[in-house]
Amino acid sequence: MKPRTIVEKIWDNHVVAENPGAPTLIYIDLHLVHEVTSPQAFSGLRERGLKVRRPDLTFGTVDHSIPTTPRSLPIVDQVAAAQVKQLEANCEEFGIPYFGLHSEHQGIVHVIGPEQGLTQPGMTLVCGDSHTATHGAFGALAFGIGTSQVEHVLASQCLLQAKSKTFQVKVDGALGAGVGAKDIILALIAKIGIGGGTGCVFEYTGAAIRGLSMEERMTVCNMSIEGGARAGLIAPDDTTYSFLHGRPFAPKGEKWEEALKLWKQLPTDEGAVYDRTVTIDAAALEPMVTFGTNPGMGMPISGAVPDPSSMTDPLERESLAKALRYMDLQPGKPLEGHAVNVVFIGSCTNSRISDLRSAAAVLKGRHVAPGVRTMVVPGSQEIKRQAEAEGLDRIFRDAGAEWREAGCSMCIAMNGDQLQPGEYSVSTSNRNFEGRQGKGGRTFLASPLTAAASAVVGAVTDVRKLLRG
Amino acid sequence: MDKFTPFESQFVTLPIDNIDTDQIIPARFLKTITKAGLDDQLFYDWRYDAAGTPKPDFVLNRPESRGRRILLAGDNFGCGSSREHAPWALTQYGFRAVISTSFADIFRQNALKNSLLPVVVPRDVHAWLFANPEAGVSVDLATQALILPDGRRVKFPVEPFAKHCLLEGVDELGYILAQEAAIAAYEAARPLSVNTRA
Repeated sequence: MKPRTIVEKIWDNHVVAENPGAPTLIYIDLHLVHEVTSPQAFSGLRERGLKVRRPDLTFGTVDHSIPTTPRSLPIVDQVAAAQVKQLEANCEEFGIPYFGLHSEHQGIVHVIGPEQGLTQPGMTLVCGDSHTATHGAFGALAFGIGTSQVEHVLASQCLLQAKSKTFQVKVDGALGAGVGAKDIILALIAKIGIGGGTGCVFEYTGAAIRGLSMEERMTVCNMSIEGGARAGLIAPDDTTYSFLHGRPFAPKGEKWEEALKLWKQLPTDEGAVYDRTVTIDAAALEPMVTFGTNPGMGMPISGAVPDPSSMTDPLERESLAKALRYMDLQPGKPLEGHAVNVVFIGSCTNSRISDLRSAAAVLKGRHVAPGVRTMVVPGSQEIKRQAEAEGLDRIFRDAGAEWREAGCSMCIAMNGDQLQPGEYSVSTSNRNFEGRQGKGGRTFLASPLTAAASAVVGAVTDVRKLLRG
Repeated sequence: MDKFTPFESQFVTLPIDNIDTDQIIPARFLKTITKAGLDDQLFYDWRYDAAGTPKPDFVLNRPESRGRRILLAGDNFGCGSSREHAPWALTQYGFRAVISTSFADIFRQNALKNSLLPVVVPRDVHAWLFANPEAGVSVDLATQALILPDGRRVKFPVEPFAKHCLLEGVDELGYILAQEAAIAAYEAARPLSVNTRA
């Protein structure tokens, strides 16, 4: 048999029908649903008199539009409250299990899937959210879909899809101190651009990827869409299996052994050919930070803001100039030392326990700079409890940071957590688009280490210098 | 869905690369549970000032833009969030096609499901259109051609199935549900699977 990549193997395992003149119909193993992109899909089912075909392969939670204030408080925003209620009503009506606002397991949809062991190697997994690629960290083919496709999957458990190209992202070498998973993915996107992976699925390979924990792998896969790829994945290995083992929805006993046999067949065969490959030297990476209004506008912390006048393409030049006007930044200047108003540590990119531990390691025994609002928002209620058991919440509070309830929070600014016009943030989230964190707000994307260090200094900071003292 | 018929229109220009769906419709408008009423929220933060007054210099607010059914934009249009609210807002405003040099994958799929045609043209044609912002062009999906004022026909790619659905005014779900036998057969042979209700 011709050597295949992991993406091709998962694809082949999920083909339901191939008819001339139509894309391939593939089966979806797990469908995650949240409050923002599903209501119109459920309405569509009702209009057509359809049921959810496989509620047992579907799971819901609320994360985007909920406040991260104490859960004892009501949702003040009545429109958001109605949306949350609608998801709960839809899940009840169609028999879909869900973690509601007051569940002790509630959290960001891309955090709870892995946390509960719902996300497993070899699966096809979709959600009406572009950061669904997060689940690719487990060797699943996971991608975001629109609301029409949410309806298709609810009704049929299938999707019409064209096969993507395969794009290997090989990260060799070893990461230096103060450099992590977030810096790998920001460096990749800066290198290939935000449209660089369009039409492709990334497979992250190489020694630096193998060396990452599951949480770190999720950070890398999470931002695949920011490089234009709908999905990005990492072949499963012992790190994957030991993370999964014993989680609530992971297979147990004999079924675990059976699953393990299947999962071990997934990694890309020797000699398999990728449509494209890029290589990144982990040892050469620095902490990364973005300067512009898309995640591809990133640079090493020691770098300088690029100059639009150096660009030849008029549209590219104007797009960069527009970004710098919005960010109110001068070409040729470094970002290091640029004052910030807010530091946000959270989101489906960086709200897991290891992210919180990284931030706490920097903040322990230190205090955030006067006037800097620092928000720490765990990705799930379970992570919140774990962090509290480890005393991380005390470290954050003692440092002057806010310790909040689980949700998407200031990553998406549709839930009360947002920047004010003109404010600058260092944010561990995934998007620095205009207004993403609040109308007129300006975002510097960075790692949890860089974010925590910047909170302490009150300005964009090279964490390596802070830790060296 | 209505059948996608040929039409002629001038275009509205947004000469910016990488226009993301957060610009097309900001997240704070996604708390709705219906598809209705999104036309006013299209490009909201570019279109209105802090007081909610239309910014006169933004292209959609110029009187000549009214009634134009084609948006001409920079490369990689629709990147970012998967929100289908983006094509809903664009079509509710009245757009039937977006012309660019490339589209983000999820946006392209979402657009096609809402009778909004993503038209990819070569760079030289793209540049010509921007240089002739008052030109009128025709869009003919059946022949996959953009027809320029000089009669030049610029071919653009469309997936055959999406084209069929647009021309016939049918959505994909009917086709998918008609595959019931294949879906049931697949399910019967599936190996391990997670059970969210366990």
